[in-house]
Amino acid sequence: MTTNSTITLKIDGVQISVPEGTTILKAAKNNGILIPTLCDLEGLTPYGGCRLCLVEVTGSPKLFPACTTPANSGMEVTTNSERLKNYRKMAIQMLMSERVHICAVCVANDHCELQALANQLGVDHVAFERNFTREPIDSSHGFLVIDRNRCILCTRCIRVCDKIEGVHTLDLKKRSKNTEVIMDLDEFWGDSCSCTGCRKCAKVCPVGAIYIEGEAITQTKNRDVAEFITARRNRK
Amino acid sequence: MSTTNTTGSKVRVATVWLSGCAGCHMSFLDQDERIVDLAKKIQVVYSPLVDTKKFPEKVDVTLIEGSVANEEQLEMLKDIRVKTRVLIALGDCAVTGNVTALRNSWENSDQEVLERAYKLSEDLQAAVPNMVPKLLVKTRPLHEIVKVDFYIPGCPPSADLINYVLTELLVGKTPIMEGRARYG
Repeated sequence: MTTNSTITLKIDGVQISVPEGTTILKAAKNNGILIPTLCDLEGLTPYGGCRLCLVEVTGSPKLFPACTTPANSGMEVTTNSERLKNYRKMAIQMLMSERVHICAVCVANDHCELQALANQLGVDHVAFERNFTREPIDSSHGFLVIDRNRCILCTRCIRVCDKIEGVHTLDLKKRSKNTEVIMDLDEFWGDSCSCTGCRKCAKVCPVGAIYIEGEAITQTKNRDVAEFITARRNRK
Repeated sequence: MSTTNTTGSKVRVATVWLSGCAGCHMSFLDQDERIVDLAKKIQVVYSPLVDTKKFPEKVDVTLIEGSVANEEQLEMLKDIRVKTRVLIALGDCAVTGNVTALRNSWENSDQEVLERAYKLSEDLQAAVPNMVPKLLVKTRPLHEIVKVDFYIPGCPPSADLINYVLTELLVGKTPIMEGRARYG
């Protein structure tokens, strides 16, 4: 951000001043207002894919993703209302019904952001019929494994591979619910010539889709990595 | 939804075991000494833990563990719904299908699992038995078949959560699952 000017807005009735260009999510977070997120990760380019951070802006009937919407002067933002709560619960249910999310047999059980949010928001059942996919599992790499049936397509792994590691081994193919995370030009992970094996993809995965074989999940999901990424990101 | 019944006598409670591992029932028993308090207010009229063969009429609260995987369970669940005022899905299998629904990823999963269990794993006289209830093509959570009033997720749900839901219902309050529900 090149501008130094400060703007003032209201989030949940609290007057907040932030540098121009700050997103609503960051403005809220810096002032202790936590908005639920899944695809967002500090240090990575905002994506706006999971729709959990939707907020209301007074004067607009539309909902805005807080992670990609810049704060504007005079904006009045509501981050928590019955309507938002219902939409967030619905978003979680859609994610849970899209692929096979069975906590009891998942490597990330108890260390999963989707599971934690479902619990926190009180999603006690999934109203939509669940889709049981048979997406390919790739364990050809020496220690990195991807189970695409657990993937929520947040693209954190792709963004960390591209922006932080600077390799862009990972990307997406196909569209909609058939979308798949792929390596290089859709190779087996073990055959990928660009993957450096840096493990960042596994570390930022909010669910149990990418994990490290032979490593405790507590080690993999170590939150320090987020800080590490932020530090690297800001050192330009 | 009030569970206090009209006659002022004990609340009639049933627990049912469909396709699950009995872990939820273990967790129910894990309420330990709190069961003694519960027992003052409830009467268990049907359960794998008591010797009643037929599901009784006019049950106030039924806790169901496990998903619906075969035709017998399907009929049983429909029958229970008619005879129960408050139906509670107990545990991840009843709420989501959980492990019992893993087979749903295969197209003809009812055939595939039988082949796997009875034929591929046997060398001699491998055959699928025909005296067991017919499997449904897909394993279903309870709410995809009947109306479910409350959900207690968890694999298994904690004894504390089960106790919380039951005690709230017994005093006529609606349990709040926000921040309490816990998958896995």
